[in-house]
Parts: sequence; structure tokens; C-alpha cells
Amino acid sequence: MAEPKVKYDRQLRIWGEQGQAALEKSSICLLNCGPTGSETLKNLVLGGVGSITVVDGSKVEVGDLGNNFLVDESSLGKSKAKCVCSFLQELNDAVKAKFVEESPETLIETNPSFFSQFTLVVATQLVENSMIKLDRICREANVILIFARSYGLTGFVRISLKEHAVVESKPEHFLDDLRLNNPWPELKRFADDVDLNVQDPVAHKHIPYVVILVKMADEWAKSHGGRLPSTREEKKEFKELLKAGMVAQDEDNYKEAIDSSFKVFAPRGISSELQQILNDSSAEVDSNSSDFWVLVAALKDFIANEGGGEAPLEGSIPDMTSSTEQYVNLQNIYHAKAEADFLVIERLVRNTLKNIGRDSNSIPRSTIKSFCKNARKLKVCRYRLIEDEFNSPNLPELQKYLTDEDYSIAVGIYILLRAVDRFAANYNSFPGQFDSAMDEDIPRLKSTAIGLLNDLGCNGATLAEDLINEMCRFGAAELHAVAALVGGIASQEVIKLITKQFVPMSGTYIFNGIDHKSQLLSL
Amino acid sequence: MADTSSRSRDLDKLLLRPGNLVGPRFEPGPELRDDLQAYAKVLVVGAGGLGCELLKDLALSGFKNLEVIDMDRIEVTNLNRQFLFRLEDVGKPKAEVAAKRVMERISGVQIVPHFCRIEDKEIEFYNDFSIIALGLDSIEARSYINTVACSFLEYDSNDNPREETIKPMVDGGTEGFKGHARVILPGITPCFECTIWLFPPQVKFPLCTLAETPRTAAHCIEYAHLIKWNEVHGGVAFDPDNPEHMKWVYDEAVKRAELFGIPGVTYSLTQGVVKNIIPAIASTNAIISAACALETLKIASECSKTLSNYLTYNGSEGLHTEVAEFERDKECLVCGPGIRIELDTSITLQKFMDLLEEHPKLRLSKASITHQGKNLYMQAPPVLEEMTRSNLSRSLFNLMGKLPKDVVHVNGITIKNDQKFSCLRKLRVVFKGVDGVTDMDTAGGA
Repeated sequence: MAEPKVKYDRQLRIWGEQGQAALEKSSICLLNCGPTGSETLKNLVLGGVGSITVVDGSKVEVGDLGNNFLVDESSLGKSKAKCVCSFLQELNDAVKAKFVEESPETLIETNPSFFSQFTLVVATQLVENSMIKLDRICREANVILIFARSYGLTGFVRISLKEHAVVESKPEHFLDDLRLNNPWPELKRFADDVDLNVQDPVAHKHIPYVVILVKMADEWAKSHGGRLPSTREEKKEFKELLKAGMVAQDEDNYKEAIDSSFKVFAPRGISSELQQILNDSSAEVDSNSSDFWVLVAALKDFIANEGGGEAPLEGSIPDMTSSTEQYVNLQNIYHAKAEADFLVIERLVRNTLKNIGRDSNSIPRSTIKSFCKNARKLKVCRYRLIEDEFNSPNLPELQKYLTDEDYSIAVGIYILLRAVDRFAANYNSFPGQFDSAMDEDIPRLKSTAIGLLNDLGCNGATLAEDLINEMCRFGAAELHAVAALVGGIASQEVIKLITKQFVPMSGTYIFNGIDHKSQLLSL
Repeated sequence: MADTSSRSRDLDKLLLRPGNLVGPRFEPGPELRDDLQAYAKVLVVGAGGLGCELLKDLALSGFKNLEVIDMDRIEVTNLNRQFLFRLEDVGKPKAEVAAKRVMERISGVQIVPHFCRIEDKEIEFYNDFSIIALGLDSIEARSYINTVACSFLEYDSNDNPREETIKPMVDGGTEGFKGHARVILPGITPCFECTIWLFPPQVKFPLCTLAETPRTAAHCIEYAHLIKWNEVHGGVAFDPDNPEHMKWVYDEAVKRAELFGIPGVTYSLTQGVVKNIIPAIASTNAIISAACALETLKIASECSKTLSNYLTYNGSEGLHTEVAEFERDKECLVCGPGIRIELDTSITLQKFMDLLEEHPKLRLSKASITHQGKNLYMQAPPVLEEMTRSNLSRSLFNLMGKLPKDVVHVNGITIKNDQKFSCLRKLRVVFKGVDGVTDMDTAGGA
């Protein structure tokens, strides 16, 4: 039994060999290796990313020893990037670790092409102007970008890339694909061959609920003009009919049938979310289209034609009370239909590729198979350029947040994080950075924040005085616990983005360490 | 004045400066920072995925006196997230290596490791700490620490918790992309037991499915593990850490799966099912531990508002965090004022123990009884049992120093859902007809 990566066992159980391979191929760039950046990268190095490059121009100071685990006494006076890099290397010698002793701002200004070599850039503790410039550079070079920042007890995480399509979204709770409301001929035949009135009590209580429901639904439809139960009374009546079919109290299969009867009542066809993806303009494919959209185009065709309004069958069935033989036979029927649907989609994909002038074999079978299995769960994430969000945020949303009790602290933090950057640009230090200036800084920060709100179109809006005071109290401190938390969140998003599994966050995440009522803002 | 050339350059902003969104008794100043370093003592329970992160976070949040307890040794599968351990450390005790590594990198912090089970420590050991931070992976362990911490809690005559007896706990838990962090202030916020319904019961396959109608790979595995093993190895306990045992189960599961035509049995799945392996990654552990460490800092220093009181985190579908403010169960057996038991002064200790077995809310057998730290009767070890045996025939009233009422702690076995649990309970014993017992005591009873 080959166990090449035993140490990764606990994470392989989450994202599998393919996810791990994607991580190991990735190259990550970190800007600024204070605690926020260092903690983000530590998690990624432990996870086994291919390579890391740490960019930071500063030297290690005494204060860094109090908030950064990745530097120690022997690092004092030395390049922070070098020290952090060497500790990270210790954590996982399979990762290639490099450092660049340069300030990120300088690189952004003078060497934008530096960033094109990376899969993903983690940009920490950047101020607004640098964020905007870096965002443009990465968007142009098609490099994934994620911003992370900790500021006192607050934090900020934001992904930025044009589009991220997820096939393996792996939602925790997703309805199984049993098609009880729309059985195909083979499934109907299988159910027809089973006698619900079998005398043997053991056999009776081991009839799988799928069969029970397909038969009962069919009977109902025959006596109701081809329709399935839709009103409350009809659904109730249907359940009563199921109960009447029980011959003993311990028939778990019948209980399961009653509990799953809602699957018969569910509307046929696809979800509105999937419909939206099919309606997206990117589904009109051409030679520039990504593989994902080519697959979507084929899916759209399938659903409109051979699929009869349904996506390809997922193919697996949940466990249910049943004899082993019937269960295995039922499984085979679902597998066969899923395989048949897959073959149709494969043909459609190859045709589409030909039509747009691409090699019809350029999308591997395994990719198409995985796409079919996950067709009902596709997700497309898109992110605005940070500049657009900053200059023209979604005003109705912003106004809603400002007046909603649940959002007011989070949106206050969002505004103030931007206000402190404007403050710093004006006064050459962050508000509250120095004790002596505290009394002046508070009103200055307030007027800066109000000015910003007015610029955004929220005239007359105010922020809580206490929050403004608190922001000054923080004095741009980078606290380890907050940095570790924000870094943890950022690293998790990086993993989702690189493995292309699970769904990354949307919008802008504001960490609120005051009462932990953090929020996602869609601006 | 915040000193920019000092180690606590960043923390100073939070501890030395006054603020408005702070705890009610916040006293900013260098004394607060220094007191935190000198006097605050935090126990980290568990030195695994959460524990390693907690030690680092606490050491870098101004705490200089830490202790850590963990009974496990380092394994290779820990290395993807328990960053204080290296390949060469495999086999060594987690608590000891974790303590050593953090002290190496952060000067000034003292960490005392305890390589033992949490039950091996005297109960008073836990009372030594200002705050207890939990990085555990089992319900039983959490329940134990919770019971111990709550056993220190005392109530005044108005049934209000006495502040100086409140032992704060911060508890974190993770599983894949999900996690939780909560603050437990016994007597004020719900304790672990108050909200035990938050934890769903573990999935168990019906025996007849395993024996007669298996359908999934997991059924085949559990058949080999729970049924076939005993049939073939009767008497030999199955050891999940023994690779030969595991291989045996895997081979048997494969045979059974082939017999029934069931796909999907792999060695990895076998391990997962038998050991109930919970997938784990560095990022979730980092997030939850950091939240716990932050709350520990806030409780100790009042430098900000505290989490009130349960945070859940889910990063698998987007990002969801939510704070729920759960309420205490006033009748809670663990953090409540205790079950009130009215007794005659004539009752013997033995008769009292018999009563405990019959009491509907307790059903406690094999009880050991302590009062104000004194052993009235101990079931074990044999030496203590012999020493305290003579108390059994004495009157409880006398043994309790003729106090009209007081708290006793009873430790014994109770049965819930056909399973035996060891448990520690608090009882408010009130003796009938003794001076000083007023009618007020009958209000708010058990």
C-alpha cells in the first residue's frame, strides 16, 4: 500500500489528490510579512503549496518579536522577509521558499511584470492606493489576487479576479438526484417489476423507498390526469396512502418513503441559479471561451433537448433500507442512466469544440464526467475591480448597511479602514499612531470619514463616535490574534481558489473583533 | 505611554489606552500589561491542531504564564497543521514538544507541559488558573473540564454566582471548514452541559444492516470492525493504532464487499470509518484558535467587549460567521446552584449514598463524596477506601461539621442511553429542622 503523503492525510480527505496536486503546482507571492501575511502563508506552506515568494523591505524590530511567531531574537536587525522565509521553509521542506527584500509599493510602481509569474498574490497591509494599482496589474496579468489586512481589532479580506468558475462546489446539504418526480423508462420498469403487496413481511419491509415512491406517484398520476400532488391536501393524502401501505410498525422503508415524499412533490427541471448560469452571455461560446463555458454550452443544449429540461443524472443514490440485492440493482440503474447522459454531453462537448475551431479532444473525459456529476451545483463567482468598488460602490446596498443594526459596526469599520488611509496620505501617520496626537486625531479622522461618506453619495450619514474613537485607539496596531484570524480566513480562501473546490467568499469580508459580528458586504 | 521600541508595541495600544467599547472594569495602563504578564495564568487543554495555535496566540497576546495538558504523542498525520511539530518529533509527547518550541521562539514566556490525561490531575489543579482554554476534539473531554470548572462555582444566598468563584473557559472546535468558538462564564453564560443539545448524536448503523443487508462500503467496514473481529479474535481488543489490526479489518471488509457486490472499500475509507477520522486543515484551526485567544485576552484584561457567547464559522460555501447568544439552563446540573437535597440530621453517609442511587435526577452509583475539599468517602484507591470506610456509618450532618447547609461534591457512575458515564455533581445539602435554615431556602429549589 503506497502512502506517499501520509502527512497530508487529514486534508486529502477534504480536497482529494486532485486538489492537492493543484496546490503543489501553485506559486504564491506574499506582500508584507508582518503577522497577517506570515500567518496566511504559514497555513499555505503547511498545506503544501508549490512555492512561495515573500516580498518585504523592512528589517525586524523589537516590536515584531511581540506579534510575529515567524521571527525571533536572532532575527533582530535582519531582513524580515529573509527570516520569515527561512522559518516557513522549516515547516515544510517540500515547498520552494524565496524572498525579495523590497517594499511591495516599490515593486508595484517600478516592476509590475514581477507579478505575472505567480498563480496568486496575497497582498497584506496595503493602503488604498497600492491596492488599486496592484489590482489593475493582477487583473491584466490574469493573476488571482487576495487582499488581507488587520488593523487593531478589525480586519478586511477581499478576493479580486474577473471570474472564478467552480464545478466541484461540494455543498454540504444538496438534494440527491433521484428523479422521483420524473422517472425515466428503466427506473419505471424496475419499479413496475416489484410487487408492493408481497406477502413475505421481510421482503415487504426491504423494498427500497425509491421503488415505493415511484410506484405510488405513478398510481396517483394515473388517477389525477397525469399530475403529481401539488396542493397541501393532495400532499397530505399522498402521505396517507403511503402510511396505508405499511403492514407493520417497524417498516423503516415506508417511514423513509414518507419522509422523502417531498421529493415527489418537488418541481421538475433545474434550479434558477443554474438557469442564470446558462443564460449568461459567456455561454455563447467562441474560440476564446474557457473550457468551463464550453461545457456550459453543451449542458445548455442537453437540457433543452435530450435532457428534456433536466440536467444529466448525477448517478449516485443515498443509503436506504433495502435488501442488498435490490439496492445494488437500483444503484446500477442510476449508474447506467448517468453514464448514458454523460455520453450525450460528451458528444455535444466535442461538437461544440469543433464548431469554435478547437481540437475536439482538448477537454479530457474525466473533466467532462466530473462536470456532469456536478452540473446541478455549478457556481460562478465574479469580483469587481477594487477601484470600481471604492469609487462607485453599490449605493443602495451601502445605505442599507449604514442603517441596519446588524451591519452598522461592520460597515463603519469598512468606511473607517478607508478613512485611515486617506488620513495617512494627508498627515503622514495613521490616526492614533502616536499618543501625543490622539486628541487631534479623533476629530480629524471623523471629518475624513464623513468626507469619504459624502464622496460616496451618502450625505448626512454618520458613524458611531465610539467606533471612531476605537479606530484611533488602535493606532494601526497589528495584533497577533487578529492577524492569525484574518490570515486564517485569507489562507482558506486561497485554498478554495487554487483547488477550485468549494465556494470562495463573495464580496468584501469585514472582521469585527469587538463583538465578532463580522459581515460580508456586497459593494 | 506606549513604547514603540518595546516588544509590546502593538498590544500596548489596546492595554494602555482608554476606550469606550471596553469591558466594565477596564483599567488601562502599564500595570494592566504587567499584571497580565505576571499574574494571569492560562491553561491550554490539548496540544493538537487547536492547542498549538492557542499556545502561540496566547504567548503573543501578553500572557507569560501558560500550561498545556495533552496525553497524546505526535503522529505523522498531525504535521499538516500542528506546526510546532517536525518529522523528527513523531512519537514524542505533544505537550512537551509544543511547550518547548514556543518557549524557544518567544522569550519571556513560561509554559509548563503536562503529558497525562485530564482526569489524572487533582481537581484543585484546575482552580489555579485564571482562564482555561480548550482545544479538544471530544464531547467527553469537554464535558469533563466543564464539570470541573463549574464545580468551583459558588452561589450566594440569593442564588447569584459569587464572582470570585467563576472560572472562565474559552472553548473551540473544528471539523474541516467548520468551527465554533465560545465563551463560558459559569453561572452567567450557558455552560457546556446547558447546551449539550447543540451536539448531534453520533451516527450508528443498525446491527441488522451490518449483519444482513449491507449496502455501502461503510457497512462492510463496520461489519468487519464490530462483528467479525470479535468472532475471530474473541478476547483481543481491537487497536485502531495497530496497522496489522487495521489491515485485517480492511481485508475482511473487502471480502464482504465483494460478496455483496458493493463498491468503494478503500484502506483510507477503512481508517476513516473505524477511527472516526475528522478531516482537518491548518486554516480552520488557526481561525478558531485565534478567536479563542482573543476572547481570553479580553476576559483577562477587559480591553474590549467579550463575545456573547457562541460563534460559529463555516468556510465551505462562501464564508459564514454567526454569533448566537444562548441562555443558561437555570436547572443545569453542572453550572446551576446544584440539586437541593433535604435531609434529616440522623442520616448516615451510607444511607445518603443509597439516596443518590435512587434520586431521579442523579441515579448515581459508586459515589465518592467530598465536602470542602475533605474526602468523606472514596471508592478508590484501596488505601483511601479503607481510610474512609468508617465514615459510612457516621451521620452526614456530623461529618459536615454540623453545618445547617452546604455544598458537597459527588463523583460516581451514572447511566444514560444504556451507557455508563463517570460524572461529578454538585449538591446543596440542607438539614431539616436546624437553626439557621429559613423558609427562604425552600424557594428556587431543585
